[in-house]
Amino acid sequence: MHRFANPARFLRLSALIQPWAAAIAVACLAGGLYFALFASPADYQQGETVRIMYIHVPSAWMGLFCYTAMAVFSAMALIWKHPLADLMARASAPVGAAFTFICLVTGALWGKPMWGTWWVWDARLTSMLILLFLYLGYMALADAFDDPERGQKAAAILALVGVVNVPIIKWSVDWWNTLHQPASVVKMGGPSIDSTMMVPLILMAVGFKAYWVLVLILRTRAEIAAAKVRTLRMAQIHAAGQVEQA
Amino acid sequence: MTRKRRRLYFVVLGLLAVGTAAALVLSALRQDIVFFFSPSEIVEAKVPTEGRRIRLGGLVEQGSVVKDGASVKFRVTDGAHVVPVVYAGLLPDLFREGQGVVTEGKLGKDGVFQAAEVLAKHDENYMPKEVADSLKKSGHWQDEKKVDKP
Repeated sequence: MHRFANPARFLRLSALIQPWAAAIAVACLAGGLYFALFASPADYQQGETVRIMYIHVPSAWMGLFCYTAMAVFSAMALIWKHPLADLMARASAPVGAAFTFICLVTGALWGKPMWGTWWVWDARLTSMLILLFLYLGYMALADAFDDPERGQKAAAILALVGVVNVPIIKWSVDWWNTLHQPASVVKMGGPSIDSTMMVPLILMAVGFKAYWVLVLILRTRAEIAAAKVRTLRMAQIHAAGQVEQA
Repeated sequence: MTRKRRRLYFVVLGLLAVGTAAALVLSALRQDIVFFFSPSEIVEAKVPTEGRRIRLGGLVEQGSVVKDGASVKFRVTDGAHVVPVVYAGLLPDLFREGQGVVTEGKLGKDGVFQAAEVLAKHDENYMPKEVADSLKKSGHWQDEKKVDKP
């Protein structure tokens, strides 16, 4: 793992991965949306509204996945001081926040026709809202200091403390009774979802993951470039100062 | 011990401490985090119901729904106990006999639950109608008798 913490190696490797991630994201999302909207059956209870699931559930998974990734990167940055880990944690946050937001909005749109309410304060919904606030807090804290390194350190600690929320979200529907139904896919005894509905769900989930890889690469490259520009500027200012002195 | 090693232990211990604290808080608040009470808890008076607005959750008992003008009567069951419910208002689309339901309201002195709001709770099974029909025909249909126990 430490081998990949080298920015030059990251740039080489990411240039190789980037087109593949883009291709997989486009192919899976196009195929997934076709299956989700046209080529999959309506649910026996919920009818056509079940199609919201193909956006809602992969978004929720992404919300949890990006946060976990962010926490792992933050731990690596705190413990081993990898310069790249900080950048990648920062790069993950907006993606995860966006997917969490999509999950909450589509959940409300789905809840109104099925449950009869946009929102309830049950354990699953509330813990998911807390996840969104953790993302927003992380991003705000990381930018709240003049010295980027101090902001990064404070934000990394926040990310690690907030990671306790991830298992709470996952098992909230098992630990407490909630209005939200229990897990359908990742659970004991195998998924309780028909294979014709599993296909679009998995395609969308893979597409979202590939999209995350792509955005992570783009954003990290941009951060590396920004860091280089900063160093060059500093050198320029330094040189100018020396000329004046001479 | 190197500084890296020390930071690693610090992070791991910190996570353990935060996790333990969260577990303790959540288990202490258990009664407040559950979204609804089951008919058993209400009938056996395990929860304070006197004059309090509470939520009751379970399955709508088969054959118990009686529409009476603008109001509707039904019974909520968890297999062990049953609570009768009266409600005047719009029911959600998914409300039907044998399906999960969460109602919010007050328990009357006569033991009838006066609901102010009725929400449908659906299960975690997703399948096309044809599959559901063939499961029912072949006798492999599992009626949802199971209700979440808090």
